[in-house]
Amino acid sequence: MAKTDKNNASAGKGLGVKLAGMTDTNLLLTITIAVFFLLYIGAMIFLGSGFLKPQTFFNILNANAALIILASGMSLVMITGGIDISVGGVTALVSMCCAVYLDYKGGNVFMAVIIALAIGLAFGAFQGFLVAYLDIQPFIVTLAGMFFARGMTTIVNTSPFNVENEAFVALKMTRVNVPGMGSVNKLGKYVNAYVEIGVLVALLVVIVMFVMLRWMKLGRNFYAVGGNKQSALMLGINVKRTKFLSHLICGLLAGIGGFVYFLHVGSGSPSHASGAEMDAIASSIIGGTMLTGGVGNVLGTFFGVLSLSTIQNIVSSVGFDEAWWTGITKAVMLCLFLVVQSVVMSVRKKRNSAG
Amino acid sequence: MANSEKAKTSSAGFLKNLVRNQCFIPVAALLLLAVFNLIADPSFFKITLGYNSAGNPVLSGFIIDIINNGSELAILAIGMTLVTAASGGQDISVGAAIAIAGSVILRVLCGGNARPETLQAPIIVAFLVACVVAMLFGAFNGILVAYFKIQPMIATLILYTAGRSIAAWINNNELPVISDPKFAYFGGFIPGIPIPTPCFIAIACMIVIGIVLKVTNLRLYTQAVGINQSSSKLNGLNPELIKVLAFVILGLCVAVAGLIKVSRVSSINYSVIAKDIEMDAILAVALGGNALSGGKFNMAASIIGAFVIQCLTTTLYKFGVSSTALPAYKAVVVILLVVVSAPTVREYFDKITKKMKLSKEVA
Repeated sequence: MAKTDKNNASAGKGLGVKLAGMTDTNLLLTITIAVFFLLYIGAMIFLGSGFLKPQTFFNILNANAALIILASGMSLVMITGGIDISVGGVTALVSMCCAVYLDYKGGNVFMAVIIALAIGLAFGAFQGFLVAYLDIQPFIVTLAGMFFARGMTTIVNTSPFNVENEAFVALKMTRVNVPGMGSVNKLGKYVNAYVEIGVLVALLVVIVMFVMLRWMKLGRNFYAVGGNKQSALMLGINVKRTKFLSHLICGLLAGIGGFVYFLHVGSGSPSHASGAEMDAIASSIIGGTMLTGGVGNVLGTFFGVLSLSTIQNIVSSVGFDEAWWTGITKAVMLCLFLVVQSVVMSVRKKRNSAG
Repeated sequence: MANSEKAKTSSAGFLKNLVRNQCFIPVAALLLLAVFNLIADPSFFKITLGYNSAGNPVLSGFIIDIINNGSELAILAIGMTLVTAASGGQDISVGAAIAIAGSVILRVLCGGNARPETLQAPIIVAFLVACVVAMLFGAFNGILVAYFKIQPMIATLILYTAGRSIAAWINNNELPVISDPKFAYFGGFIPGIPIPTPCFIAIACMIVIGIVLKVTNLRLYTQAVGINQSSSKLNGLNPELIKVLAFVILGLCVAVAGLIKVSRVSSINYSVIAKDIEMDAILAVALGGNALSGGKFNMAASIIGAFVIQCLTTTLYKFGVSSTALPAYKAVVVILLVVVSAPTVREYFDKITKKMKLSKEVA
């Protein structure tokens, strides 16, 4: 937080001028990345031990790979000016369906991936159709989507269970070593840092989304529609189709995220990913995406997820172990980011209208 | 109703007006559910007078269940309608706020001891403290929305994430149990009166909001702010203050609902109490035909909407749907309702009916 305050204070000086010249998206992205590095470096200096090990960082990635994917989809929908709160439910439904398929039917992993993608696409397509072509509020549509996915999860199977499919477990246990990173463990042996397959998928998703949003025509269309629907229409952009595509891609990513989540936990349960939609929204906001649309960046969302879980790690390693502190710190962080965003934007607005 | 005058002139005009009326969709949905239940199992409408374990006369039956359990939802729908109209967004933190209000009530009544023999404070004091706390949290949401210009759903996401944790923290994560039977009156029955108390509380809330809307300018101001904030400002209103006021009123509704909720079980479970009620409350507003983007509102339609949702819930329970699978069925009904009431779909049907009329005239 200290850095953003300083930026505000030094407005008009060198750094301030540079910041003022940035687009909204880049400014919020800069704040997010700065906050993440401040948090992590601060934790390294003041808390030491755990945070100095590279594996701690990679564990954050391992645990949040699914959330990164979900939040990327969420950011896309938010940039287009909508919202999708069904992603958590879809994640639970995907992991339950895949678990039942792999365990009871003895199916192969490849088909499970297809199932996951199909469920995600089906949700995305249906919700996108209702939102884009029937003009129903995205909140209500995806709320119903969430209800439906959660309910269906318990209809598929009511009790949680672990998957023991061999091919799946092998894939779940696959660890990719990170070259050049590692630490010496208690026995004095050097252990290489590793990431799970899901992290690679998540990174791929972030890169693809980033490239699409920054350099492809389709990606720019999302910003145009979210920024101002009327002018996007006048520019000849097919607004309805763009909205539909945003929900479709978000649904697809929810499917992928659901499978990555399933790969990480290795079980199916109706209570899986509860509140994941809210975490995804919070990460997107911390990453500088605005719900009003037209502003946001997937890279920011990536750092948003990392910041959120870093602060959770810090809180638990400081000794506030009780479950309620997680909720409260998350909320406080979200609150701070929202207020900072709001203040920064209103200051810029005033300056823009004055100059 | 203004409809009745026109009804005399032509029955077709009456029908058109009836369909146009905002209460039409929720009332029609309610009737549809009633007819469905009548066909499926007429015993749905049976009301029996029995005696509970304390020997007091109580009414029981599915209809009573709906009215009883729908009370909290109806009370919340009142506040949610105002918030929706003024801010053009929804408060998703009401469930968490109910947990906080309930926790505060128990904390004041128990005074730190988890199993008190006697109440440590009068119930009214506990309720008033909960009101103040809930209104403060409402004001917090309102200030974020009005002064910091954060979208309501996102601003209330903060309390949604933290609320249940705060509720647990207020009582040190203990689960206090109140043994005093008087406390159970608010969520159960007052001896000698066979109608559940929550009904009276809900009716009282409706009367109060009815009087407030009639006597004060609240309706006009709220709608003005919701329709166009800048023009309402130019007309001398203070849109920020009105938005905060809407959230504070919702806070008050939350405290009342919280009292009923904790009184029903004389205890609290922080992670379960009023779970998903925010979604039901928002649905009630949407079912009432109120634009979720703010502006004009119809309070009666929202309240009827709340009872439609409760009726749907009870009907599904009656048909043996488990509570965890319930959301899936609810979702289907919700999607059907919003699709039918979507403007584009309505236009489409209007076109079809016009075409049919034209072809008839040609023939």
